[in-house]
Amino acid sequence: MFTIVVDIALIAMAVSLVLCTYRVIAGPTVPDRIVALDAFGLNMVGFVGLLMISLDTAAFSEVILMIAILAFLGSVALAKYWERGLVIDRNPD
Amino acid sequence: MKTNNLLLQSVTQVVTFLIFAFSIYLFFAGHNNPGGGFIGGLMTASALLLLYLAFDIQSIKKALAFNYVNIIAIGLIISLATGMVSMFLGGPFLNQYDQYVHVPLFGEVHLTTAVPFDLGIYLVVVAIALVIILAIGEDA
Repeated sequence: MFTIVVDIALIAMAVSLVLCTYRVIAGPTVPDRIVALDAFGLNMVGFVGLLMISLDTAAFSEVILMIAILAFLGSVALAKYWERGLVIDRNPD
Repeated sequence: MKTNNLLLQSVTQVVTFLIFAFSIYLFFAGHNNPGGGFIGGLMTASALLLLYLAFDIQSIKKALAFNYVNIIAIGLIISLATGMVSMFLGGPFLNQYDQYVHVPLFGEVHLTTAVPFDLGIYLVVVAIALVIILAIGEDA
């Protein structure tokens, strides 16, 4: 019973990742794409977590932390680029 | 309208240290588990990149007065010297020596010469990633 639930959740996560990919490619505006990429990263974190439950192991916990950190950095950089037009400021103004 | 980064800067002051601690964990986990100098260096570079994102190049240059090109050279020298120590002791290049040492508070610790070699790789990866990112980011 429990394995069936985890498998169904994994399939739902996979469908959600495909939908996020569609939004990244077809999104009409740039903020759509940024939010879709952020949701894609969070979905990957959940996917790896469910995979860890399914395989009954704790081996991928570093992978979850890495994906979460990189997705956060990417979202921050893209959001700053969208708002300011540049990623790294030169002077404190 | 003038916007400011107060929220991002407040979060960065905490999260940078969390990412830095994770990178140090990855660096020392590299002996028997996933991790090592390369991936730890990339995590440290992303922690410093978050600082550059939230603040600006001028303030961070004042706070962290490192010349990253020199750090590349220091890392390469550490790695090469660790590899060449074994040549003077009669072994081949990059031969590894290890020993179990009893340290108070930690118990038995497995010390190897792979750790200083990894430290060199760590410094090279951090410095190269930041040199590339700053070279791209500076010509706005």
